[in-house]
Amino acid sequence: MSEIAPPPGDLWDQRVAAGLAFLRGRLTGDYEVDEFGFDPQLSDHVFQPMLRFLYHHWFRTEVRGVEHLPEKGAALVVANHSGTIALDALMLSVAINEAYPVGRNLRLLGADLVFRTPILSELARKSGATVACHADAERLLETGRLVSVFPEGFKGVGKGYLQRYRLQRFGRGGFVSAALRTGQPIVPVAIVGAEEAYPMLADIQPLARLLGLPYFPVTPTFPWLGPLGLLPLPSKWLIEFCPPIPTDELAGHADDPMAVFDLADQVRETIQVAVRQLLTQRPDPFGG
Amino acid sequence: MTAAPTPGSPGVVVVTGVSRFLAATVAGRLAADPSVGRVIGLDSVAVPDAVAPLLRGVERISADERDAASAIADLGATAVAHLAITAAPDRTDDDGVHKERNIIGTMRLLAACQQAPGLRKLVVRSSTAAYGASFRDPAVFTEETEPRAVPRGGFARDILDIEGYVRGFCRRRPDVVGTVLRFAPVIGSAANTTLTRYFSSPLVPTVFGRDPRLQFVHLDDAIEVLVRAVTGDHPGTFNVAGPGVLTLSQAIRRAGRIGVPVWEGGLSAAAALARGLDLRGFSFDQLDLFVHGRVVDTDRLIAEFGFQPRSTAEAFDDFISAHRGGTVIPAAQVAAAEQAILDGIRQARRARSGHV
Repeated sequence: MSEIAPPPGDLWDQRVAAGLAFLRGRLTGDYEVDEFGFDPQLSDHVFQPMLRFLYHHWFRTEVRGVEHLPEKGAALVVANHSGTIALDALMLSVAINEAYPVGRNLRLLGADLVFRTPILSELARKSGATVACHADAERLLETGRLVSVFPEGFKGVGKGYLQRYRLQRFGRGGFVSAALRTGQPIVPVAIVGAEEAYPMLADIQPLARLLGLPYFPVTPTFPWLGPLGLLPLPSKWLIEFCPPIPTDELAGHADDPMAVFDLADQVRETIQVAVRQLLTQRPDPFGG
Repeated sequence: MTAAPTPGSPGVVVVTGVSRFLAATVAGRLAADPSVGRVIGLDSVAVPDAVAPLLRGVERISADERDAASAIADLGATAVAHLAITAAPDRTDDDGVHKERNIIGTMRLLAACQQAPGLRKLVVRSSTAAYGASFRDPAVFTEETEPRAVPRGGFARDILDIEGYVRGFCRRRPDVVGTVLRFAPVIGSAANTTLTRYFSSPLVPTVFGRDPRLQFVHLDDAIEVLVRAVTGDHPGTFNVAGPGVLTLSQAIRRAGRIGVPVWEGGLSAAAALARGLDLRGFSFDQLDLFVHGRVVDTDRLIAEFGFQPRSTAEAFDDFISAHRGGTVIPAAQVAAAEQAILDGIRQARRARSGHV
């Protein structure tokens, strides 16, 4: 096979060559996947660029307080959860990816429903998510990863529009004991904008039960417009990272329910206050 | 390995299941080890001709597990390596006989061990199937992880029962060093298992919408760990797997095969049917593996045995190099196609810029 010399300094040629090499690598299985199923190559070259478009051009996201993220090493990023489908988790992963010059990957902890669902489960794993359980959370934190958790769970994403930006109960506070056991800091995050992207007007519980889902949302566009209703409304998003809460002083209290509940409440309060402040900075949910 | 007997090295070793390649190789390796006194191979079925040469220096007793009791006590066994636990039944067995060999065989063997006063060591070949399969499972199993649900696969249930019996035995005989080795699926150029047959065909069925994380252990490393477990003292339970992970789709691509996604309900029905019709080669055990995947932590093995198995990817590549025959998409051709397309584009662009 005769190779033709590449034209020197031709950007277009380099892109074509890189693209073809990428395709060959994918086709012959020549890439790395970590023990959680995270595929960094696929994430960096396919998922993140798609999400970045949504992040910048659709939601016009603004970020504050990136200096509160640890320069290196692990942290547990705890955020409020809203917006019917968990787009906020994906936008948070873009915010964190862009907060670091080399781009760090956020490892999401997801509900087991995600991992029960075919296709979705594999997309989640390949993008770095894993099941929200103690073993995985602690393993990720011990190996210096940035881990994110949404303690409200389905209560957060599945609440009606009238309840918007009102934080729900924080479950059993399992995330706190994971942070305490590994001695890693907790970074509270407030996310504003997800509620208006998919405003949930009603929840058809019988249908949800029939489909085995936690809720069946009715939004201004779904299910009326069919698949088109999945398109999020172009709300304005703000993400604020709050000062980290160190946990090394409480290291021995991972099994003390009082300490765990107190810290969980403190985190929840911090996020609620930050959400309210962000809302005052964004008078028009769709403007700016 | 040194010639001088180490404190942990056994005098008389009984190895079960020597009609199979892995156990026979381990028995042969132990017989060749000067620090090991006698090696006795035990199996209820006749040793096939292909395996017989491996058993050089191994005394063979073609005993049923029923007679094992007297055999183990009479021989004055100091170590027993129970390797007769297998996932894939022999073609000559029916399901009942297979279950009998796994479970009843283990019970009888442990009863015999109970009667052997000189016994100091028990090594059991287990499987990572012991972790079961559930959607709420952690991504990585450590030896402490408890299964969340009773698995539906027959083999996985057998393994849970067998490990239970072994734990009970170790409680009753605290003077015996018990080593339970949980092996990931064994693969390699010489391995011939249900899983290697699965990857050998050009079209590989997968479960639609699932891309499980898989781990393999190379046959040679599995043998090495078993030999070390018999010749040294390593009490406890250990995961044995190659570090790293391959997803099923990635493994299929590396093998140059084509994956054929099949709806899970259909596969479940096929598995039930295969069980009902007594067919071989497809079971709930495999289906669960291909839905959930299975990844284990091997830190404890590496720390205790001072031995690192080759990675899952290396083990799989070794297997692939021995099974080039079924390759549909060879990596070399893909690379050639890539170069051809790139050259084509460059030529076309050069021609255009030449005209301008």
